[in-house]
Amino acid sequence: MNPRIFLLVGDLGYSVVEPFVAEFPERFINMGVAEQNMVGVAAGLASEGFHVFIYSIANFPTFRCLEQIRNDVCYHRYPVTVVSVGGGLAYGNLGYSHHAVQDYAIMRCLNPIAIAAPGDPIETVACVQWLVSNPQPSYLRLGKSGEPIIHEHKVSLDLGKIIEVEGKMLKSGVFLTTGTSLRYAIEAIRHPQLHGEWGVVSLPLWNEETKSNIVAELSKHRAIISVEDHFPAGGFGSYLREALADTIIQTRMKTISLSRNVSDLIGNQDFLNSQGGLNVIKLVDVALSFGSQSQNDLISTRESQATFH
Amino acid sequence: MSKKSEQLASKVRREVLKMVSLAKASHIGGSLSMADILAVLYQDVLRFRSKEPQWCDRDRLILSKGHCCSALYATLAFRGFFSLKELETFGGDRSRLMTHVCHTVPGVEFSTGSLGHGLPYACGKAVAAKRRGALWRAFTILSDGELDEGSNWEAILFAPQHRLDNLVIIIDYNKIQSFGSVASVMELDPLAKKLHAFRWSVKEVDGHNHCALKNALTTVPWAPGKPSCLIAHTVKGKGVSFMENELQWHYKSPDKQQLDIALSGLDNQFV
Repeated sequence: MNPRIFLLVGDLGYSVVEPFVAEFPERFINMGVAEQNMVGVAAGLASEGFHVFIYSIANFPTFRCLEQIRNDVCYHRYPVTVVSVGGGLAYGNLGYSHHAVQDYAIMRCLNPIAIAAPGDPIETVACVQWLVSNPQPSYLRLGKSGEPIIHEHKVSLDLGKIIEVEGKMLKSGVFLTTGTSLRYAIEAIRHPQLHGEWGVVSLPLWNEETKSNIVAELSKHRAIISVEDHFPAGGFGSYLREALADTIIQTRMKTISLSRNVSDLIGNQDFLNSQGGLNVIKLVDVALSFGSQSQNDLISTRESQATFH
Repeated sequence: MSKKSEQLASKVRREVLKMVSLAKASHIGGSLSMADILAVLYQDVLRFRSKEPQWCDRDRLILSKGHCCSALYATLAFRGFFSLKELETFGGDRSRLMTHVCHTVPGVEFSTGSLGHGLPYACGKAVAAKRRGALWRAFTILSDGELDEGSNWEAILFAPQHRLDNLVIIIDYNKIQSFGSVASVMELDPLAKKLHAFRWSVKEVDGHNHCALKNALTTVPWAPGKPSCLIAHTVKGKGVSFMENELQWHYKSPDKQQLDIALSGLDNQFV
């Protein structure tokens, strides 16, 4: 165990953090319900050589203490990892206060910060290993728990590395996901209507600097459908569009994200995602809307550029 | 006697006036109110090595009222962290001396500017020292106005809970905040009682009396297991008669004529 790791929690973590506390009590504090102070204390600890993980739900360790993350952590380049449990609509029926649906947008513009949004437990382990090996300002967006295991083997991750998950990569197109929306993409490519011609790739670790790296990777594919459980403004699809904005590549892209009406609804994660436009049927429909492979070949670069807007 | 620290404070005040005037910067009043506190800290209290600013056993001084950094920069320069000449660059293009305190300046631990950030950070440092058995202390200078910030009260609750008796806060209580008197905007009194109720060890001093400041700050912690809070009663604009207790000197920069009058006034007062 890395002796630099320090864990702060915002009065949360019941039945989750107890093993860490039992083994490393000298590197744990329950900070109470005080997220601003939690981030400030994390910065102070980090300034003395600790890699500090702060843990709370959705908006609490992010929006509630945003300026502390911006000034105290990012400006000073301190190794603090903000861990948000309940990314997206994982705490669906707890209501809007517990929905993390603008977090990519807000966190990724805090330069420098690395976004880690694993798609399943295998990617989660790989993300945490990467974060521990590369201490820096970072944001780890977790689901709630109980997400299905999708990868059959351990994965090797790096910042900006797109990993192949399942399906045909270079035929019709790929779903590109970040975070726990991965499972919807997997279900979609297995749908009979897509005839096994679509693939799924995942980008669990990204930041502003990796935009230029991923363009080459994106250009391998005929069509890309980005998938995220996040609002459109500033989210993952928006990030990818920014990456592609200054390039001329043949790849066509569409984005699937959540519509704002979910904020006014009550329900569990799958229900709300579905209501917000993130469901397998929608993914399949969007893939079909690209038309056949032969039609795609006729698309000119000029036209494909237009689809970015 | 605290002759050396008084001389240092006097020199710091002169530099503050010149720096703020030259840069057409603001926040002269709160810089002057804090000059004696800084002088005593850097002359008689803090352990540091000016040529080795990151010396691991140094005491950590965090300026939470970062807008008053001209006084800290001047103090650091006089104590040998960098050249006095560099003070002339204050606020200039490509200068290190940003007009809110900046951690890239030798001797500065932490950049602030937004209020309510210094104390939580200092708490983190104090926890780090405790958990590692290190003997250095964390000192933080707060303004009175920034006690409006909730983050400070989160930290004020936190520090006694974790018995951070290696943590000291000094409140520069000059009674004037950004847009009015503290009493008219958000009354803090009874401030000592508040901090006491939050389980801090509290003392109050005349923040311009060097002997009193030194006596208090060289004897921390005043109670084992408790963080220390020194409420320093000060005068905003202290040392320049036409600036004292005047809200406008939170903002204004002295012109050439005002600077000359201010400097000659200082000469008469402190020689």
